[in-house]
Amino acid sequence: MKTIMDEKKVVKAPRPEEKKKEVNTVYSIENFNLWYGKDQALKDIKFDIPEKQVTAIIGPSGCGKSTFIKALNRMVEMVPIVRMSGDINYRGKNIFENKYKVEDLRTKVGMVFQKPNPFPKSIYENVVYGPKIHGIKNKKILDEIVEKSLKGAALWEEVKDRLNENAYGLSGGQQQRLCIARCLAIEPDVILMDEPTSALDPISTLKVEELVQELKKEFSIIIVTHNMQQAARISDKTAFFLNGEVVEYSDTNQLFSNPSDKRTEDYITGRFG
Amino acid sequence: MQGSIRQMIKDKKEKQQSRSKIVEKIVPGILLICAIISVLTTLGIVFTLIVETITFFSQVSVIEYFTSKDWYPFFESDPDYGIWPLISGTLLITGIAMLVAVPFGLGAAIYLSEYATDRVRRIIKPILEVLAGIPTIVYGFFALTFVTPVLQNVIPSLPVFNALSPGIVVGIMIIPMIASLSEDAMSSVPNAIREGALGLGATRFEVAVKVVLPAALSGIIASVVLAISRAIGETMIVTVAGGATPKLTLDVTESIQTMTSYIVQVSLGDAGFGTTIYYSIYAVGMTLFLFTLIMNLVAQYISRRFREEY
Amino acid sequence: MQLVDQAKVKSRMQTRLKQNKVLKGVFFGTTIFALVVLVILLYRILTQGIGYLDLQFFQNFASRFPEKAGIKAAFFGSLWLMAVIAPVSLIIGVGTAIYLEEYAKKNRFTTFIQINISNLAGVPSIVFGLLGLTVFVRMLEMGRSVLAGGLTMSLLILPIIVVAAQEAVRSVPKELREASYAMGATKWQTIKKVVLPAAIPGILTGGILALSRAIGETAPLLMIGALTFVAYLPENLLSGFTVMPIQIFNWTSRPQTEFHDVAAAGIIVLLAMLLIMNSIAVLIRNKFSKRL
Repeated sequence: MKTIMDEKKVVKAPRPEEKKKEVNTVYSIENFNLWYGKDQALKDIKFDIPEKQVTAIIGPSGCGKSTFIKALNRMVEMVPIVRMSGDINYRGKNIFENKYKVEDLRTKVGMVFQKPNPFPKSIYENVVYGPKIHGIKNKKILDEIVEKSLKGAALWEEVKDRLNENAYGLSGGQQQRLCIARCLAIEPDVILMDEPTSALDPISTLKVEELVQELKKEFSIIIVTHNMQQAARISDKTAFFLNGEVVEYSDTNQLFSNPSDKRTEDYITGRFG
Repeated sequence: MQGSIRQMIKDKKEKQQSRSKIVEKIVPGILLICAIISVLTTLGIVFTLIVETITFFSQVSVIEYFTSKDWYPFFESDPDYGIWPLISGTLLITGIAMLVAVPFGLGAAIYLSEYATDRVRRIIKPILEVLAGIPTIVYGFFALTFVTPVLQNVIPSLPVFNALSPGIVVGIMIIPMIASLSEDAMSSVPNAIREGALGLGATRFEVAVKVVLPAALSGIIASVVLAISRAIGETMIVTVAGGATPKLTLDVTESIQTMTSYIVQVSLGDAGFGTTIYYSIYAVGMTLFLFTLIMNLVAQYISRRFREEY
Repeated sequence: MQLVDQAKVKSRMQTRLKQNKVLKGVFFGTTIFALVVLVILLYRILTQGIGYLDLQFFQNFASRFPEKAGIKAAFFGSLWLMAVIAPVSLIIGVGTAIYLEEYAKKNRFTTFIQINISNLAGVPSIVFGLLGLTVFVRMLEMGRSVLAGGLTMSLLILPIIVVAAQEAVRSVPKELREASYAMGATKWQTIKKVVLPAAIPGILTGGILALSRAIGETAPLLMIGALTFVAYLPENLLSGFTVMPIQIFNWTSRPQTEFHDVAAAGIIVLLAMLLIMNSIAVLIRNKFSKRL
């Protein structure tokens, strides 16, 4: 991990603001198909997701964007009738290989869900859940993790005096940031966000969006959103999904200002979906 | 700091994983064993009853068991083992109980689901729960020391032990069961159907009887069948207040004996292990088990087969 | 020509409304009947038993003389019995529920277990007594002991606990499980740290209610031979014992009416104990239903 980071610094050092820098790939998806029973939900998906950027997945309801993001940490397997073919490579390794432990994958790839889903425990216990199940028991370290993660999720100032109160007492927006903090506590490599603001009010949404901008300095973020403006505001890359296929995938600026596919244009100009 | 937790988790991984690997393998096995215990219980019941019943029938003829009209196991010189008096006693109690429980239980169910306000329902339902939670020995005590004397005022010739008093009390005991199961069935009839009828000018009563009752009929019948099964298996009330005189009779004022109270009578007595009397309780238990099993299966069949889908 | 004769409708309306009113009263009456019975029952028992309910009643063992008869052995017998039933039935019951809800595949075997459990709930308690007598008392040679009685009763209330625990486990939102899995937790970690803690209130409520059912049961314990005249306290799991319902049964069966009053006193103690247990269950339910 350290060496990669060092290397990049070397590459970046001469001209840090250069646009076309070398970027590492976290995910590379190759000919990925997925079926729910007989219905094919994802068709021949094929693209690479860069490191330390925000990649947005957009598309109308039922286009498979949620299914896709859940395939990236194999949560999709919780649906019993699911079938898949093709590869999803995370850091160069196929996550569907037999010896690949799904728990390992999910330790490195965190997820934030559509509806805030804190555990019915204290704020503190929510954050230390991950570190604890991964064997970190030292109280001092846990305290540090809680502070750091809550700060990372821009929640520390609001809750530092009531860490032992039940998380259900927080507002929806706070709960969602707590879920992000819970995710940060095990220092993932990638954070998947499945429409993280769809259940939030505009102010909370703004806070989460700002947070995403902060987080991409350290984490690779993949975010599913039904809100095109949101994708335009916060993402570096955007993939447009339609009927289980990737219609277009490019830099966000380009996709929104100059889409190359007619269907993309129709969607972003609001002609359907 | 960044990366240090990641490193820590990585360091712990080896240890964590080897342990969790074992745990993840063992736990489902342990839980499966728990689940199998319930199956073993059923097998144990069936096995116990069959084996001991077979032993009983090696000493008493099956034909006598099903054809003789007398049950006198304690006649040392010439015992009779005809099951009918015990069955008739059981059914007599069950019949009386149903005459009490069905009207009152159903009436309460209709009131709760069709007339009562939320507030009234919140008061009455816990009371029914309390009634359902009272131990049967307490009901037995109530039958013997209160209901029987009251009945004796009405029917002076009524003996202390009779079928009527425990029958009534068994009925009272199962009122909550019929009331709450039937009420569930009636409340699950959608309001839209009720409003449709009320909108046409039907009274509450007409809605209850002509619309809700037919729609909830399968659930109501299932609850009655379950209640019958419960009454058949009831032990302490009839033991305390019903007497110990096996008799093939329909006279509710006589002392009788049910299958359950016979089993208790033997277990309280000094019939030693290995005697015919000892084995007879298993044959009676088997008969009782079959009766209740059939009732339960019928109830399940009715509620599954005729489940209303809205 | 008019299809509806308005005059006729109007005249019938009166009778229909009257009928509705009368029958509403009838249905209310049937509902109140249960309440009336409950009041009479409690009143009778209180007035009959209160005279015998003194400190001595708790300090004395059973006796041939009503005024010396006490419930000590039965009271402690019931506690001993509870000490066996609670852990055994909770562990097996919750284990079964977790297996069925979290691990079992939807196949015939699982359906079979489920149907088996609901049928077991309908088996008369006295039949469990026959099972206990044969298997625990005779085959496993536990004798007429607290252990044999406790195991028999555990099996009796097992279906109630399984069903309550299943419901509690099922009501834990899917989102909480997902959150845990997404952190890299294993299945058992998720169950142990997320599902069970969230389900505990429901499990406890159901468990206590089941336990109170066991405390009031008489028939199965008569079968396995819990004694009716005990003048000592159980010393270990293999001791002979009696319990409150059996002691009450014993007193009720005596011909002397003084003993009926003693029985009423015993019933007061039994009902008080059940009341306490039920209140605890309700408290737990109310306390936690607010939070989730």
